[in-house]
Amino acid sequence: MRVAVIGVQGDVEEHVIVTKKALKNLKVDGEVVATRKAGVVARSDAVIIPGGESTTISKLIFSNSIAEKILQLAYENKPVMGTCAGLILLSKHGDEQVAKTNTKLLGLMDIWVKRNAFGRQRESFQVRLNVKGIGDYDAVFIRAPAIVKAEKNVDVLATFENYIVAARQGKILALAFHPELTNDTRVHEYFLKLAFD
Amino acid sequence: MKLEELRFGTELIKRGFAKMQKGGVIMDVTNAEQAVIAEEAGAVAVMALHKVPADIRTAGGVARMADPKKIEEIIDAVTIPVMAKCRIGHVMEAKALETLGVDMIDESEVLTPADVFFHIDKRKFIVPFVCGARSLGEAVRRIWEGAAMIRTKGEAGTGNVVEAVKHMRLINYAIAKLGKLPDEKIYNVAEKYAERYLQLAKLVNESMSLDFDKNEPVFEEYTFDEIVDGLYRILLEIKEMQRLPVVNFAAGGIATPADAAFMMKLGADGVFVGSGIFKSSNPPEYAKAIVEAVQHYDEPEVIAEVSKGLGDAMKGLDVSKLSEEERLQTRGV
Repeated sequence: MRVAVIGVQGDVEEHVIVTKKALKNLKVDGEVVATRKAGVVARSDAVIIPGGESTTISKLIFSNSIAEKILQLAYENKPVMGTCAGLILLSKHGDEQVAKTNTKLLGLMDIWVKRNAFGRQRESFQVRLNVKGIGDYDAVFIRAPAIVKAEKNVDVLATFENYIVAARQGKILALAFHPELTNDTRVHEYFLKLAFD
Repeated sequence: MKLEELRFGTELIKRGFAKMQKGGVIMDVTNAEQAVIAEEAGAVAVMALHKVPADIRTAGGVARMADPKKIEEIIDAVTIPVMAKCRIGHVMEAKALETLGVDMIDESEVLTPADVFFHIDKRKFIVPFVCGARSLGEAVRRIWEGAAMIRTKGEAGTGNVVEAVKHMRLINYAIAKLGKLPDEKIYNVAEKYAERYLQLAKLVNESMSLDFDKNEPVFEEYTFDEIVDGLYRILLEIKEMQRLPVVNFAAGGIATPADAAFMMKLGADGVFVGSGIFKSSNPPEYAKAIVEAVQHYDEPEVIAEVSKGLGDAMKGLDVSKLSEEERLQTRGV
């Protein structure tokens, strides 16, 4: 299988490394590519939108046809994962910050997001979370967004302080934290397995 | 959820913040209006300043932390991270910036240094720091002190990329060199790099005709041996990874889209543009073009396209004509 990590901006390399490890653990043959080419995204079996600045990533994926290709893969029922900025882009409903910055969203999940929900960088934190289907997980939140509301068709995987911080809708997976920053490959393994469901 | 399980300001969180900036452009801004232009152009963060480096150069005198009121205005104007500069070694300016809610502090040679002996012990802060470096030695010392991001010093406010290129090349060459060195030789490198921390102790001991006591702390609570050991561990990590263990940006003299792309080509993880944008004739277009250029640094046709009809870049200075005192890069080694 081929996994594409959207490589326009953010912690792309970190996702590539963890995804490679996860493939190995699952004993699945595959390649992981960081890409800025819409054509490469179109020819992938799974896509990851990394952490970074949602305003910047949004501009860059909508200025060429990367956004279009991600949507196409999602409609073909292929797995798509977004972490932090990626979560914001996957959502259908933005907050006032999203509106103010005219940030375009992919709208693949029926969720309402709040950018910088926990505050600025000094409020960024690490915490042990219980993630449904994965278990106890050391989650790193960096100027993280959160899901404030979700439609019934969204499966809530983890919550923290009354916010939803991990959720799944079909094969679309959104996380407010950064599983790519730790050595724990379980979130990526969970994501890759969606391709075989 | 038990509160004691919550952790703030860990190395993972600080370095993680810097990683989120990768592939991005961080722009110097001096007011809310410029900050909004930067955000709209696709900047990943802004650096809040009182004056851009080119104007700091012209103004002369002591350059200090920006007015907190100005920084707050900029924080309120944008949704992207806001960084601000403190003077080298100035712990209280840094503490004040942390209180304001600045997302990253640049302990910067662009401002007048406040401490001739030491940089800030950045591990003692919740907020992450970025520091300038001209060489691997400077970079390793700053990382050991807790910097979560390194940037080349270049020569700020000149619009001349030559020094940034030089510093990137010096660091890259030194990293490649480390890859071929046996560990015991690397220990000698660590000892050499650590000598810088002995300056204060040596000066005082000499003035009192005393011998240097190996067990005395030389910087904060650390003895010389502890510092050598700390630097040695970082050097081994660099040898193994063949890159710095933190994000490494280019800064100091980047004025055009092609300059920014060139620095990316040399291995920078992203770019700081100081005076280059708001000293150009068309800041919004310049800002957008530099973001595009960093994005597509390996596609020359894009660089050519975004550079078309941009208007005048900032005027620029010949670095070789600067006197020793005019060179900002020699501050804080």
